[in-house]
Amino acid sequence: MFQRIDPGAAPGLRLDFEGRTISAEAGDTVAAALLAAGVGWFRETPVGNRARGPYCMMGVCFDCLVEIDGVPNRQACMVTVADGMRVRRQHGARDSA
Amino acid sequence: MSAWDAIVIGAGPAGLAAASVLAERGANALLIDEQPAPGGQIYRGIEQLAATRPGLLAVLGPDYAHGADLVQRFRASGAAYLPGSTVWQVTPEREVWLSGAGRSARHDAKAILLATGAMERPVPVPGWTLPGVMTAGAVQILLKSSGLRADAPLVLAGSGPLLYLLAQQCLAAGARLSAILDTTSAANERAALAHLPAAVVGGGLPYLRKGLQLRKAIAKGGVKWVRHVTKLRIEGTDAATAITFESKGRTERLPAALVALHEGVIPAQQMTRALGLDHSWDAVAQCFRPAVDAWGNSAIPGILVAGDSAGIGGARAAEHAGRLAGLEILRHLGRIDGAARDRLAASDRRGLAAHLAVRPFLDRLYAPPPDILRPADEVTICRCEEITAGAVRAVVAQGCQGPNQAKSFLRCGMGPCQGRLCGPTVTSVIAGALARPEAEVGYFRIRPPLKPVTLGELADMDAVE
Amino acid sequence: MRAAGATATFDAAVIGGGLVGGAIAWGLARAGAATALIDEGDVAFRAARGNFGLVWVQSKGDNRPEYAHWTRRSAELWPGLAASLADETGVDVGLAQPGGLHFCLSEAEMEARGALINRMHNQSGGIGARLLSRAEVQDMVPGLGPEVRGASYSPADGHASPLYLLRALHAGLIGRGGRYLPGRTVERIEPAPGSFTIVCGAERFVSAKLVIAAGLGSRRLAPMAGLDMPVDPLRGQIMVTERMQRFLDMPTVFIRQTAEGSVMVGDSHEDVGFDNGTTPAVLQDIARRSVATFPALADKQIVRAWGALRVMTPDGFPIYEQSARFPGAFAATCHSGVTLAGAHALALAPAIAAGALPPALDSFASDRFHVSAD
Repeated sequence: MFQRIDPGAAPGLRLDFEGRTISAEAGDTVAAALLAAGVGWFRETPVGNRARGPYCMMGVCFDCLVEIDGVPNRQACMVTVADGMRVRRQHGARDSA
Repeated sequence: MSAWDAIVIGAGPAGLAAASVLAERGANALLIDEQPAPGGQIYRGIEQLAATRPGLLAVLGPDYAHGADLVQRFRASGAAYLPGSTVWQVTPEREVWLSGAGRSARHDAKAILLATGAMERPVPVPGWTLPGVMTAGAVQILLKSSGLRADAPLVLAGSGPLLYLLAQQCLAAGARLSAILDTTSAANERAALAHLPAAVVGGGLPYLRKGLQLRKAIAKGGVKWVRHVTKLRIEGTDAATAITFESKGRTERLPAALVALHEGVIPAQQMTRALGLDHSWDAVAQCFRPAVDAWGNSAIPGILVAGDSAGIGGARAAEHAGRLAGLEILRHLGRIDGAARDRLAASDRRGLAAHLAVRPFLDRLYAPPPDILRPADEVTICRCEEITAGAVRAVVAQGCQGPNQAKSFLRCGMGPCQGRLCGPTVTSVIAGALARPEAEVGYFRIRPPLKPVTLGELADMDAVE
Repeated sequence: MRAAGATATFDAAVIGGGLVGGAIAWGLARAGAATALIDEGDVAFRAARGNFGLVWVQSKGDNRPEYAHWTRRSAELWPGLAASLADETGVDVGLAQPGGLHFCLSEAEMEARGALINRMHNQSGGIGARLLSRAEVQDMVPGLGPEVRGASYSPADGHASPLYLLRALHAGLIGRGGRYLPGRTVERIEPAPGSFTIVCGAERFVSAKLVIAAGLGSRRLAPMAGLDMPVDPLRGQIMVTERMQRFLDMPTVFIRQTAEGSVMVGDSHEDVGFDNGTTPAVLQDIARRSVATFPALADKQIVRAWGALRVMTPDGFPIYEQSARFPGAFAATCHSGVTLAGAHALALAPAIAAGALPPALDSFASDRFHVSAD
């Protein structure tokens, strides 16, 4: 869906998304990295179990919620990637534990 | 807990300009922003881009590059800066509660400037919640911050300067832009002409010229540009696959894996509303704006608003307004007197007027279509709680008088976005259903926390009296 | 459209469209009265919208057996109310009555709760309430923090959605042919033999019976109908979290998980006048108690917070009364609008329709506030 205009312009990083390694570049938000890796949907809604992806990319819509390093419901567009981050889709309501 | 002369919230052009002038003139100023780097949304990523992808500056255009000057001046000013920090409460007593790195803290100030900018107007068309559908600003952010361009068919739909700017940037970046579906109506085009003379005389010529240049560049790019589009509808089951629309009396369908929607921007109003400021309805721009005077003073002493969050004026206007607010705060602090303030403000006052001259023309030309403000019953208007326009109309038919009752009956506005995306539409839908003006219908009651904050952070925070 | 000088006539008019007024109005319509519910607009204090949602029996009526009995009766009537509303309106008000817990975070609290249970057992009879040890509570509710010493438990307690209840009551009233009249401000009441005229601007509503259930607005209106409703605001702050997987079925007095999965935490008792805002200090107290009770709540995000203004009488107990000076005018106010909805809809309203309050409610008349201290 999205490709880098200038691959390698920023240092490369690696994330784990749902068990597979994806590439990112320093300065990416998690949302940008996922989109760049072809991940179109990030979560299923708690109300209607519908697939959602990022909409606003600026922290307003709360549709890009994912689990990052074990913490659920994080806005992927507001988190800068760090090497080795583990990202999972958010399936409905978060855990209560 | 820390005490400041002035706290500026928001590191876009208004905030950067205000913080710079405050610190340059010796005030103890703090700039707080959610993002990890300065620039707000309009100049997002400017520092990193200059360092890592300077070639993109040409793609993004000279207006974006101007942000580098603003940021440099801010960095040199000596103002304190808290990036990556989310303000979740501002009180009329000028206490600011923020969350950063998992901890909440309180900062007090003698004066506070709210410069939280704008958000994209929600564009509730059928299918707008599907993955692959984003705002034009979102696609632009991907370009600015990560050097990403669309490589699946991208359709731009809506109207407004940002849409055409994005189109040109996409072409310059080599993105797969397949069409622009322009919802600007013929009626608005005609009505806007009346505002053209004043726009030209007042100093808006550069904007008009820029607009024409954009159009030329887009036309040269050979992109399919459909005018006077209505009845947008995005199709797909779990992701966007196509977009349909009406133009010239015919329905057309285009394949689209990516759709960028845009119907202008509106002031971000959560913070101003949580403070209890009065808001008036701008009937041309079709949005609420907080009541402030020519310096940005609100009705609460020591609390000012500047930039797009006070009313849409664009980045350059925001910069001038930010400096004006900064000077006013310096006067309020007793660092300069009124005469000095006026003298120092003269060029920004002129600059602000010049950059605002084109607004009536643009606001009229790009006024949002009625079915965006008041969508059909089937359209989801609260994305978080998945509530349709029809559900809101149904409770209105049973006597619900306004958005707060609708919220309590339906849960629209109770999700994580705290009513940001549905608030404008809920108000407009109720206004239409009751045949009352938006100003009378009102808006959601907005209360802290302005962004979600954990119970643990609340339990642990310091300096609570 | 409201024509100037327009008059409408009813068997019963209820002033106040919150949980108390709404329940009574629906109950009156159900009892066959042509009923009007007169309500304010969108922005109002609306204790109904701030309510925590408990249908709470334990601890209601300490040293006041009549109140204990009225509350218990309401809890028994609640399932019928919920079922009727679901039938009539399709709205599920989310009633669950699995029993409820009041956690004790210190030995002193345990002793106090134990004494309360005994006292109320002696005064009003047993309802199966008992004090539970920490081990017994842990069996019922996993994930307790180390500070939880135990809890008082009552099998009669429950919870419901106050917002869906209000929505259902309004819809139910309309469905039964009642009139919901929002956006009105009652300027004055003009009593006459056998009827009451309610003046709202250019409109006049005439009714054979009148119920003042206007929450904090009742104080001003009551004397116009020969009633006395000395109510004052008492703020309680509440927070709600993001939705999460179900972990808590049983309501507890300060923490409950809603049907949607969000967790509500409260509360406070603040005498701050008509200020319905929130304060970081109180929110911190609530957060600390919540996290002490369920440590797993520490990383859960608060999405909303509000201050609700309870409608408090001088002794905290309801006022139910028929005006002696203007028979047919009734006062109804309380601070437990959710708990008492069952009784209001299915016991009080029929009594009002029949023209006389039952003796069980005699002690809730307002003259109790005028007894001089000895």
